[in-house]
Amino acid sequence: MGDYELPATLRFTANDEWVRVAGSRITVGITDFAQQQLGDVVFVELPETGKSFDKGEPFGVIESVKAVADLYAPVAGEIVEVNTDLSERPEAVNEDCYGDGWMIVIAVADAAELESLLGPDEYSASVAARESDH
Amino acid sequence: MDALRRTPLHARHAEAGARLVPFAGFEMPVQYSGIVAEHRAVRSAAGLFDVSHMGQLHLSGSGAAASLDRLVTCRTSRFALGQVRYGLLCNEEGGVVDDVTVYRSGDQSFFLCVNAANIEKDADWVRRHLAPGTDFENRSDATALLALQGPASAALLGSLSDAHPGELGRFRFAEFLVAGQQVLVSRTGYTGSDGFELYLPAAGAPSLWDVLLDAGETLGVVAVGLGARDTLRLEAALPLYGHELDDAGSPLEAGLGRFVDLDRGGFVGAEAIVRRRDAGHDRQLVGFVLDERGVARADYPIFHEGSEIGRVTSGAPSPSLGKSIGLGYVPPAFATLDTPLTIEIRGRQIAAHIVKTPFVSKGSANVG
Repeated sequence: MGDYELPATLRFTANDEWVRVAGSRITVGITDFAQQQLGDVVFVELPETGKSFDKGEPFGVIESVKAVADLYAPVAGEIVEVNTDLSERPEAVNEDCYGDGWMIVIAVADAAELESLLGPDEYSASVAARESDH
Repeated sequence: MDALRRTPLHARHAEAGARLVPFAGFEMPVQYSGIVAEHRAVRSAAGLFDVSHMGQLHLSGSGAAASLDRLVTCRTSRFALGQVRYGLLCNEEGGVVDDVTVYRSGDQSFFLCVNAANIEKDADWVRRHLAPGTDFENRSDATALLALQGPASAALLGSLSDAHPGELGRFRFAEFLVAGQQVLVSRTGYTGSDGFELYLPAAGAPSLWDVLLDAGETLGVVAVGLGARDTLRLEAALPLYGHELDDAGSPLEAGLGRFVDLDRGGFVGAEAIVRRRDAGHDRQLVGFVLDERGVARADYPIFHEGSEIGRVTSGAPSPSLGKSIGLGYVPPAFATLDTPLTIEIRGRQIAAHIVKTPFVSKGSANVG
């Protein structure tokens, strides 16, 4: 597997999402590893603001030329912002997954759930474990 | 499960950082730099594909021509030396065993290029239908196959050859010395752009691969994986076995009537194909374009005015059109241009309409 970028300031999920925590709000996107695995992203389906999701519940869908994958809420909460630019420029997920490719902002329901998120080392260990299955 | 097989170019793909996936029992590159970039390179310059997983079944001897008459649906009369034809192997019920290209390499020698997933099935089928006096040899493992596809292909290949492969007509082939190796060069492909398919002994494949990519670099030639091979063939509305074709469906339902020589007849499945045609088919393959965003993937249901009428067989975003396209089977009554459809994508009805195929021909978009 090739290299992938993993910003030290972010938290991660085993579903290949990154989380930027700012107080009681989190911004969510998919990791560099995930966008590399998907390849050219052609479509991102995101929820409307105001919708609430449980931790681990699918909140959207990302499609590349070859694959379709669900996006999972890293923690429970309400969607307060959605990156609507992705409907016109889904390729931003490939070009800048930690920046312009962000997907949603969630108002976190229970701050204690943030403890379950992975650090960069734990996340890369989870990727390595999956890669060694091949 | 059996270990995945590798082509002679496996090490090249791994070194290039290609994403390798299981395909038809082989570990194959699905992409190198990215499917869309590779797709565009083929349409604008050229791309080099490793398709060595495909099979080559050779028939020779006094019975070879008669065997072929029995096995393949295409016209076999006036089949000249150096000519290639596309055709089907059909079963007794008129379903498709495989879709193949047939090469006439001598007065009494032919070979079939067959789909990787069907090599064993086809080899068995062909052996069971040989006329007396036919020698059969499965040379799939010993043969490498590279596809060089795109408008720059002829210039690149010509610069490395002892003669002028660019003068080959479509569906013609000949032996050339390419970068010092004897190569069977065929003016054929599976992309909807001009190009060549290059057959050579497996051991020679890595050096030919290297020289084509090195010499092609200034022309914009890149290695292309199976991901872009699929989007390219879909734009050209070329069928893929297991999607548009299978053991049950008639080739006429897939719109392949011009490759089924019913006037000649005499091949396995001919009577059934006629009987099914005369009884009326209950489905026909159509091409469609999505009117909204989304990707219609294989097996998604197709609706018309709220009723399910068929299934998608292949679908992908089309880099050439900037829209999502697909193929699918619908009842003949609906198989008319501009018929409004919806495709059910994850529980939502996404609007689409039927268009003329191919979506792209001679490398250019046909439909809007």
